[in-house]
Amino acid sequence: MEAIIEMNGLTKHYGRLKAVDDLHLSIGKGEIFGLLGPNGAGKSTTILMLLGLTEPSSGEARICGLNATRDPISVKRKVGYMPDNVGFYNELTALENLVYIARLNGLPESSVKNVAREMLEEVGLQSAMHKKAGQFSRGMKQRLGLAEVLIKQPEVIILDEPTLGIDPAGVKDFLGLITQLNQRQGITVLLSSHHLHQVQQVCTRVGIFVGGRLLADGDIGTLAARLFQTAPFVVEVALRSTPEQPAELEREILQLPSVKKITFSGNIVEIAGDEDITPDIVRLFVSRQLDVTGVQRKNYGLDEIYHRYFENNLKENISHDKSSGLFQRSFFGRLKTR
Amino acid sequence: MTSQAAFFNGLFLAGSKRAERPQKAASPFSVIVRKEVADQVRSWRFIILAGLILLTFFGAMYVSLANIRSAVSDARDPDSIFLYLKLLTVTGGSLPAFHVFIGFLGPLLGIAMGFDAINSEQSGGSLIRVMAQPVYRDFLLTAKFTASLIVIGTLFLSLSLLMIGGGLIITGVPIAPSEFVRIICFTALSVVYVAFWLNLSILLSVKFRQTATSALTAIAIWLFFTVFYQILLNLAVTALLPDPRQLSPDEVLSYNNVIMTFVRFVPSQLYADATTTLLMPSVRSLGPLTMEQMAGAIPSPLSVRESLLVAWPQVSGLIAATVACFALSYYLFMRKEIRT
Repeated sequence: MEAIIEMNGLTKHYGRLKAVDDLHLSIGKGEIFGLLGPNGAGKSTTILMLLGLTEPSSGEARICGLNATRDPISVKRKVGYMPDNVGFYNELTALENLVYIARLNGLPESSVKNVAREMLEEVGLQSAMHKKAGQFSRGMKQRLGLAEVLIKQPEVIILDEPTLGIDPAGVKDFLGLITQLNQRQGITVLLSSHHLHQVQQVCTRVGIFVGGRLLADGDIGTLAARLFQTAPFVVEVALRSTPEQPAELEREILQLPSVKKITFSGNIVEIAGDEDITPDIVRLFVSRQLDVTGVQRKNYGLDEIYHRYFENNLKENISHDKSSGLFQRSFFGRLKTR
Repeated sequence: MTSQAAFFNGLFLAGSKRAERPQKAASPFSVIVRKEVADQVRSWRFIILAGLILLTFFGAMYVSLANIRSAVSDARDPDSIFLYLKLLTVTGGSLPAFHVFIGFLGPLLGIAMGFDAINSEQSGGSLIRVMAQPVYRDFLLTAKFTASLIVIGTLFLSLSLLMIGGGLIITGVPIAPSEFVRIICFTALSVVYVAFWLNLSILLSVKFRQTATSALTAIAIWLFFTVFYQILLNLAVTALLPDPRQLSPDEVLSYNNVIMTFVRFVPSQLYADATTTLLMPSVRSLGPLTMEQMAGAIPSPLSVRESLLVAWPQVSGLIAATVACFALSYYLFMRKEIRT
């Protein structure tokens, strides 16, 4: 696949803080790439460097073959960017805001109003076209932001936390639109987020980004396989009541082929193993006269991957006694308590 | 939201066609200038301050028109032949002249137009959006400055022309070319003076993240120069310089020059000096003159060129201060982290 975004050893220091640390990443044309990471991981800084809005301390970023630091204007012609908390000129209407941006992008004066109007209709803002942007709700601003990104007809779209603060229906619409654009137009999309489920829905590939470093990248299946090599299949069995003799039950389950690990938590039994033996497990439970109320085969999603990476990274950091460990520890702690 | 892709398809095709058939599109710089001018003109603070300036203008004109007859018929005054300059400078004692008002209100106008130029956009999140468009970073700063300058220039020029036109209608006296040149120079000088305060407040808006901080700092600087600087200077003069009664006239003169130099650090003093020279053709010097210098001088008005020469140090000082402020804000803005 032809790489459209390339980062080679991209590094950014803010004083002593390393916001982005030696980042190597290449994103192919037509991909939807999700940049995942907690707040303060360096996602926004990376994006700003891609657009030439912040100078990297070392390394380089190339988009469409152009050096983002040396030739930011050409890059900005090809890249649409929506910042994480998108703001407009509150005293202007939505249409005026959009027309302004369209003019800045050099759209000819004769067609600029019509194009802007059509674009607003397409993102579903036709009724609010002449409303002041200051009265817009968060979701409407996000739509206006997307209209503004698309009006320049970009080759690459970079979205920083695009789904933050929109209601679920809006998120669905938004992500659907992004997928459509990607499929029909072949627009490459780079989006950063910490909403794992949403990223999982649309991204072809994800990169996990913590403390300024890219810990892993690849599609979700690959990441899962790499992480959960020991016991990739997990079955969760819910019982009506807590089993009376868990030790005996555990022994019996362990006798089944390929079972590696069993955890009891109240009336839920979690069984991990190398192969998918869900029917055998259910049969065993039924034969032991246990009241099974639900069986769920777990697929590893981003949540698990995400957690696992933080866990690993945390251990590593503690053992190396890194100064950045403190932040991740607190972040991890917060995730766990949820 | 199902038909987007089909729509965008068409749009993209249209885009490639547009590229083949080049049409004239406005340059980004002029687009920003246009938008900024519109913003300024529509903003309440500009309307209020422009209203205030208009009010003082009409007040000052009314008073000077009421007193113009006696002023022009005063044969001892060498400036009495300049009717239109008299219109700008004559006071009945009840109200200061228009240029004195501008010396006072001009800074406020400049500060009001520039104090939130950059930081309000940054905190509102629109700065980063504009910067993500194919626009050079300095365009925004330069365009904001240019737009404000256009607005101020238009305001002052129309006031001056209004004054000249009104004078023509009311008195019926034709305007002399030298008077016209002087009035235009006065207008340009007023614009430069306001531009200095504008640039100072833009500089503060680049420097400080909060609009309130930049506004208050700008007002504090203005207050310092209008009120406290003179007080401090007086204190310093009485404390440090010897008693003038025990000095020879030459020494008094040299000390006086030192004091004048310090007084002229104040932008409003520069403006007042320069406008006085421009609007009163008989003013020959801005400092004290010795009897030797005055010997043989005829009390007649100076030519425009000579008045400009007298005022030139003041004018260049104002321009230099303006450029210095702009250069500094340019430097700071180009290196600024623009994320919110």
